[in-house]
Amino acid sequence: MENLISLFVESVFVNNILLAYFLGMCSFLAVSKRVDTALGLGAAVIFVEVITVPVNWLLNHYLLAPGALAWAGLPDVDLSFLSFISFIAVIAALVQLVEMIVDRYSPTLYSALGIFLPLIAVNCAILGASLFMVEREYTFAESAVFGLGSGTGFALAIAAMAAIREKLRYSHIPEGLRGLGITMLITGLMAMAFMSFSGISL
Amino acid sequence: MSLFSKKNMVFVKDPLMDNNPISTQVLGICSALAVTVQLQTAIVMSIAVIAVLSISNVMISLVRNKVPSNIRIIVELAIIATLVILVDQILKAYLYDISKQLSVFVGLIITNCIVLGRAEAFALQNKPWPSFLDGVGNGLGYSVILIAVAFGREILGSGTLFGFQLIPDAAYAAGYQNMGLMVLAPGAFILLGLIIWVQRTITGVSE
Repeated sequence: MENLISLFVESVFVNNILLAYFLGMCSFLAVSKRVDTALGLGAAVIFVEVITVPVNWLLNHYLLAPGALAWAGLPDVDLSFLSFISFIAVIAALVQLVEMIVDRYSPTLYSALGIFLPLIAVNCAILGASLFMVEREYTFAESAVFGLGSGTGFALAIAAMAAIREKLRYSHIPEGLRGLGITMLITGLMAMAFMSFSGISL
Repeated sequence: MSLFSKKNMVFVKDPLMDNNPISTQVLGICSALAVTVQLQTAIVMSIAVIAVLSISNVMISLVRNKVPSNIRIIVELAIIATLVILVDQILKAYLYDISKQLSVFVGLIITNCIVLGRAEAFALQNKPWPSFLDGVGNGLGYSVILIAVAFGREILGSGTLFGFQLIPDAAYAAGYQNMGLMVLAPGAFILLGLIIWVQRTITGVSE
């Protein structure tokens, strides 16, 4: 239990998927102009990650990893080269499913999330979390916590960024630095701030 | 019309500066930063992206009239994922150490917005040859930024280029220190921000 809590804190603050591993930058830059849409995207990412990382864990553990097919009597088969394509298929299918469910039960949330839901399918943070899960050899429980933690870390970073950019509108920025340039510099400062969490261990 | 006519070469030249995929179109930043601690990994990553981008553009352009538009995203993803698997297997076979360093970021070429972005924006409307050139051009534009960031990070952060020490020992003896920040994540963000500033000032693009 303790190690799960520490994994959660670590994946939100110390190893923030966006600020330490640069994953999900595209949507981070595109959707961080207003706080409410940023929060919506953040919530959608948390939701999708909590589902996809454990599902991909099951897929990897029982189908793809070397020797995973032992239960089917095929202990020598190694399908790990298929992991990219099966992970992305799981993610794309789940995103489609989530989109339909949200559309059916919460039209207001659907119209707020709008185009972001399909975009999540190609959000590096989602696929990245699944690939990190394989590389770091998490257990099933750890993979669920890691999905929650990295999603929360992304949501936190994008919401903070949106709040800063809303204020930024009133400031004078040199011509060429406007937009993308200044956003990158601020992200750098934010990454530095998050690095001060490193060294925290529970 | 010749294959390398002026009109066709625009597809290669334009993304290098005026319409750079990273700094102007804001595509593909995710992987641009993570692999830039050293020049070597940055160059391997650039080659991988150029290969995937140009081949996927050609293949998507070839099937563009046969795929119904409502399932096109999944078809594009399947083509791209297949190519990325090939690249990953080749890297693992011939450049094992570098593929370990690149870790998950080769796989993340699949979700690199550059590849899907160019497929959607260009390859779906154009013939295979221009699509190929567009892929090469955008891949090169991506590489230019990647290599510029990696150059700055390696020389400021570790005092080396391609692993060879460039800053003389005398400088260290006189009190020069490597800039630890550049090796870490914030250094990449700040360096890229500055490069974008310079690049946008030259090309005159602003938001």
